[in-house]
Amino acid sequence: MRLAITGLQVSFGDRRVVDLAELAIAEAEIVGLAGESGSGKSMTTLAVLGLANTVGARVDGSIRLDGTELTGLSQREMRAVRGRRIAAIFQSPALAFSPVFRVGSVVHRALRLHGMTKAEAAAAAQRAMRQVLLPPGLLDRYPSQLSGGQLQRVAIALALALRAEVLLADEPTSALDVTVQAEVLELLRDLRDQQGMSVLFISHDLAVVAELCDRVAIMQDGRIVEQGPTGQVVTAPASPYTAGLLAAVTRLGAGGGR
Amino acid sequence: MTPLPERGGRAPTPLLEITDLAVRFGPVRAVDGVSLRLAGGPFGLGLVGESGSGKTTIGRAVVRLVPVAGGQIRFEGKDVGALRGPALAGYRRAAQIVFQDPDNSLDPRIRVGASVAEPLIAHRVVARRLAAARARELLAEVGLGPEFAGRYPHQLSGGQRQRVAIARALSVQPRLLVLDEPTSALDVNAQARILALIARLRADRNLAYLLITHNLGIVSELCEQTAVLYLGRVVESGATSELLSTPAHPYTRALRSAVPAIDIAARSARVVLPGEPPDATSPPPGCVFHPRCPIAVDRCATEVPALRRVRPARLVACHRAEEVLAGAMEAAGQPLSSSREAGASGLAAEGSRSPGPAPADSGDGPHADRLR
Amino acid sequence: MIEAPSTLPTGGARLPRGQTLRRGLAANPLLVVGGLLSALIVLIALLAPLLAPFPGDAGTATHPFLVLRPPSAQHWFGTDNVGRDVYSRVLYGARISPLIAVAVLAIACAVGIPLGVAAGYFGGWLDEVIMRVTDIFLAFPPLLFALALAAVLPASITTVIIVIALTWWPWYTRLVRGQAASVAGRPYIDSCRALGISRRRIIFRHILPNSITPLIVQVSLDVGGVILTVSALSFLGLGAQDPTPDWGLMVAEGQNYFLTSWWVVTFPGIAILVTAFAFTLLGDGLRDLMDPKRIFLR
Repeated sequence: MRLAITGLQVSFGDRRVVDLAELAIAEAEIVGLAGESGSGKSMTTLAVLGLANTVGARVDGSIRLDGTELTGLSQREMRAVRGRRIAAIFQSPALAFSPVFRVGSVVHRALRLHGMTKAEAAAAAQRAMRQVLLPPGLLDRYPSQLSGGQLQRVAIALALALRAEVLLADEPTSALDVTVQAEVLELLRDLRDQQGMSVLFISHDLAVVAELCDRVAIMQDGRIVEQGPTGQVVTAPASPYTAGLLAAVTRLGAGGGR
Repeated sequence: MTPLPERGGRAPTPLLEITDLAVRFGPVRAVDGVSLRLAGGPFGLGLVGESGSGKTTIGRAVVRLVPVAGGQIRFEGKDVGALRGPALAGYRRAAQIVFQDPDNSLDPRIRVGASVAEPLIAHRVVARRLAAARARELLAEVGLGPEFAGRYPHQLSGGQRQRVAIARALSVQPRLLVLDEPTSALDVNAQARILALIARLRADRNLAYLLITHNLGIVSELCEQTAVLYLGRVVESGATSELLSTPAHPYTRALRSAVPAIDIAARSARVVLPGEPPDATSPPPGCVFHPRCPIAVDRCATEVPALRRVRPARLVACHRAEEVLAGAMEAAGQPLSSSREAGASGLAAEGSRSPGPAPADSGDGPHADRLR
Repeated sequence: MIEAPSTLPTGGARLPRGQTLRRGLAANPLLVVGGLLSALIVLIALLAPLLAPFPGDAGTATHPFLVLRPPSAQHWFGTDNVGRDVYSRVLYGARISPLIAVAVLAIACAVGIPLGVAAGYFGGWLDEVIMRVTDIFLAFPPLLFALALAAVLPASITTVIIVIALTWWPWYTRLVRGQAASVAGRPYIDSCRALGISRRRIIFRHILPNSITPLIVQVSLDVGGVILTVSALSFLGLGAQDPTPDWGLMVAEGQNYFLTSWWVVTFPGIAILVTAFAFTLLGDGLRDLMDPKRIFLR
């Protein structure tokens, strides 16, 4: 397993918001983490990135990346991991890019920070942009000149350019139009198939998770109540909570009005 | 015009009739010639579209929150734009709106009960001293206990805030409700509860509503009729269940296929739309959808398709609607990876027409010069 | 089905108003300290004649044989260059500097708030006109403006109040206007308009309360600033005149003796510091109290 989370507990004082017994992602696999808001999904992302302490939370447990234990690392050591080995994209892509800098300069700076030379960074950026099906010229634009879908793809391009092994995607398509969402999801599938990337896809939208993910874990109040291959969990949920969530999802063609 | 269900053999007077509506924000034509009809309650009309489709603007125009540049909105036969004074106040009570952002729909400094009571007092629906009690009744109607009246908005969850907003809109006893993305900011369970609430209110209050959303699943549950919008125009409208099961417009097909489905059986072959929606300040000539359309032909670039009847209860704005219904999209071979060659959709993002696989057997004229 | 209240951060139902206040105070030590200190200063101002050992020294009395005595049992803060008891003068000063500050800021608010709300809510040409007028006033450096006016008006406390208020109101207009414009664009205002709620009601019940929060903090922070500006003007001879025990004036007068008789400058200076500090804390606390979100998240 490329990313193995065991016994992860994230707490604010004595209030525990995440209590994961076990969650693992293999190479070339998309694992979904689904649940309602407040179930602890986003805190899990922060914990894996080593950023939980920035919001005042304490992290206990084990997060292993290819065998390396991440929870004990210093901030300096984590910085080498963040972005380079574990990349992340979030719900609001505009937040990842400072509005006063061209998108390309943010990408370049990130690549340079992780050790590439100017030439290497430029080449990697161009290559990655083509992989996400965006014209490399878009790197010269400011974030305000790009749509949400395009910005999200640039964020993914950055992860690609850094050759990250793991991509944490926290509600990356919730703010996007459904057709643009379809494109981004397709892109994530390509990442899995062509780059062998491990993706942790966090969402409250069960339909998206069901379509995209190979395996899915359902979170409730910080705990994983059910976990398994997507087809199994969706068609034969073991937990009543999962069954309730699935029943609540709107389906096309249901009712059709009166 | 959205076709209305026939009742008793004669065409009924619509509750709301929108004719050739045009709304402009500077150079942007947010709404460009939209005509819709909404029957009296209980009735739901879904307005479906993505960003830039103009659906939110239409909703706001109906409640007179944006100035109208052209066309007319008639409520019970009367021109809404011409209303003044007491007639306008009456309209404001008859047609209400619930916004999509539950975080900012309520004044954060005012307690929930007072927020719901405010329109009651402003319109003198009840005597001032009875307003608080009526506000609690309204809160109960949307499923919130009386304890909520004393709370501030930030103490409620998103779903609860949305319900308060609905209660506030209902306080003036509207006959028409505009629901602007009522569930997009909510997660699955809260969403289901709001939808159930809308269904119940519809039955209890004989409500007619305009449901604005990008979520096709919602309209299929709550709306008899649906209109699909693209760049400020109606591209297709008709009975919801038929529209979703057999779309006649390529965009509707693409939208439908892009919706993620839990049931594997419900997933249709994805129609991939290259590029992004075009710039609203300079829409493409002819059919506004043609640069991204997988089956566009020459005619589409020069002639604006009129909204026409292709089935008894279906209106479509597409030159090739009949072919789409007959399966032209599938014949055009829309496998998942055809247009994913490097640069293909990226170049389309610049607004030029997308090169796609030339349909092998649609017999409608040369495609050789599509690649320009 | 009616929902039971979910678990909230406060964990409780609505509290009666008195309890809300007490809980607010308990959660808000800044407000308590600031409030008490400010109240103390006001109390001192009111009771100065009773507290001061030498009330005459705050007026025209001079004692040539007690010049520049260091702090002692008789004169807690020592005496100044004409033998007046510094302690008494500091106590009486509590009546002056803060009062001027309050008057200035009250005028600035009285002018700034209506203009700011009007500009922010209505926008358009009204906004343009108000903002350009504001810009013009902002272009005047306060002291030069004061000097210009001093040529016309007699030097006095009233002059100082008018002059400083004239340079202060534009800032508040801008502040309120920015906030009002932001509030006016929010969905709940649209909701009010769609519900047909009158413009008057919208402005007074929704725009105004939501626009003045930043102003409250700014006002409390400005108390110290105004006092300093007052003393600058007094220093230039444009404000309170001797023998008025204005703290700023006392600092200005005592600076010549600072190296040898530190007490003449230090105690009025500390008084300015403490007063500004007290009102700042009060302002911060008030803002927290008035912001329904912040108080409960503590």
